[in-house]
Amino acid sequence: MDTLRDKSAICGIGETEYSKNSGMSQLALLLTAAARAIDDAGLRPSDIDGVVIAMDVVPFEDLAANLGCEDLKYAVTLNMGGASATASLQSAAMATATGVADHVLCITGWNGYSGMKVSTSASQLSGSAFTGLKVRDFEMPYGVLVPAHWYSPMARRHMHEYGTTSRQMGAVAVTMRRHAQLNDNAMMHGRPMTIEDHQASRMIAEPYRLFDCCLQSDGAAAVVVTSAERAHDARRRPVYIMGVAEGHPAPPDQIANREDMFQIGLSYAAPRAFAMAGVTTKDIDVAEVYDCFTWNMMIQLEALGFCGRGESGPFVESGAIELGGELPVNTHGGLLSQAHVLGMNHVVEATKQLRGDAGPAQVKDAEIALVTGWGDLGDGSVAILRR
Amino acid sequence: MADYTKPLPMVTPDTREFWEGCKRHELVIQRCRDCGALRHYPRPMCPACGSWDAEWVRVSGRGKVYTWTVAVQPFHPGFLDEMPYASVTVELDEGVRMVSNVVDVPPEELYIGMPVEVVFEDVTEEITLPKFKRAP
Repeated sequence: MDTLRDKSAICGIGETEYSKNSGMSQLALLLTAAARAIDDAGLRPSDIDGVVIAMDVVPFEDLAANLGCEDLKYAVTLNMGGASATASLQSAAMATATGVADHVLCITGWNGYSGMKVSTSASQLSGSAFTGLKVRDFEMPYGVLVPAHWYSPMARRHMHEYGTTSRQMGAVAVTMRRHAQLNDNAMMHGRPMTIEDHQASRMIAEPYRLFDCCLQSDGAAAVVVTSAERAHDARRRPVYIMGVAEGHPAPPDQIANREDMFQIGLSYAAPRAFAMAGVTTKDIDVAEVYDCFTWNMMIQLEALGFCGRGESGPFVESGAIELGGELPVNTHGGLLSQAHVLGMNHVVEATKQLRGDAGPAQVKDAEIALVTGWGDLGDGSVAILRR
Repeated sequence: MADYTKPLPMVTPDTREFWEGCKRHELVIQRCRDCGALRHYPRPMCPACGSWDAEWVRVSGRGKVYTWTVAVQPFHPGFLDEMPYASVTVELDEGVRMVSNVVDVPPEELYIGMPVEVVFEDVTEEITLPKFKRAP
């Protein structure tokens, strides 16, 4: 399982400002992040010969045409929802390690606030591929409409089996908010939150309260991946992809009939990525874990092995995931308090940490980082990165 | 029935027999003719053995609440009149699970393990939805 280990590296990162109103088209937003990532890598836009778009947010043709790609050798769109951003690193690592392409742009973003908000667009989703056919035909008629409705029953079952509490989920929200206070480009910068605020926030879909749900944001983020050989000559310190994997729960097209609801995509992916990287949970200095909802982060911490099964509640409540804790998680504020950029902001933050560029949120001497994605009923992705 | 505004299932060749069963007020579930595994939701292939050969068997319609959520924030105009409502995952006695609503139980009275049994709601000319009520 060492085929992709250290074969490729992130050599450029770029993000837009995160806001409620970008004032730009979704395409222009993505191009802004792309241009910043390409410049950071010391490349010209025309050097990009591979594009991996995480979720179908723009056609790759539009991106490539604007960037002036002369000889695009690889263009794919990943459809794993929020797992797509971290999974794009696997796709890019495969492409660059094999020489299919030299400089692969991994990118996503959206006008997720001023454009199509998940919270107001559910009525338009009927019949779309967004949720899959099983959800459309067998769950939407019963009012299962948005991601909060898909995952909150899993959280309730976890509470039933392991005694997990809303207050423990609140510990995740409060920690993310605390980290966001260190980040000028976090939508919740300057807006601190207490556990009492979390407990008083209105219910969205039991047991998920408003502050268990991530933000909706306008923004885009991108990274450039190249082969390890090329990365040696890059302008910036390369961040190597040590291990990377995706995983899918069984069955992937519905949650209700999974024999074990807590066997998520990441449960399959994590052992593969750790084996490829040749490291264990003890070696991880900082983690950026996809936090579409508070509990979704908690179950991923279990799947990754940072705590035992059913133990994520006490783990997050102990302060372990705070900066300075045993495993600092989402040092940028996460989807919960920085912005919902489909998790590419998590990849960017992991890279910053390993470059030593994370500012006030820097984890001292961070050498190895882990980043995950979660999407589409529990698909998972994970990358282990080193400086 | 004409003003039914909630999302409706699309009936496909893979699911038609399920919905036709519902119209007859019978809950039918697919069973693999080769390995005997029950499966839901309906699909052309048996995930257990790969067989395409399946039959539809009528099940008891009895089960237990496995988990649920209570939707408090509305996300669809069709549900506005009944906020908050519960979407419930029911585990049938035969082992498969399905998402539905429990019609006669206020959300705050639901609990994991609550016995329920199927009822049928004819929501349009074409579609009948299986729902559940509290069972003795």
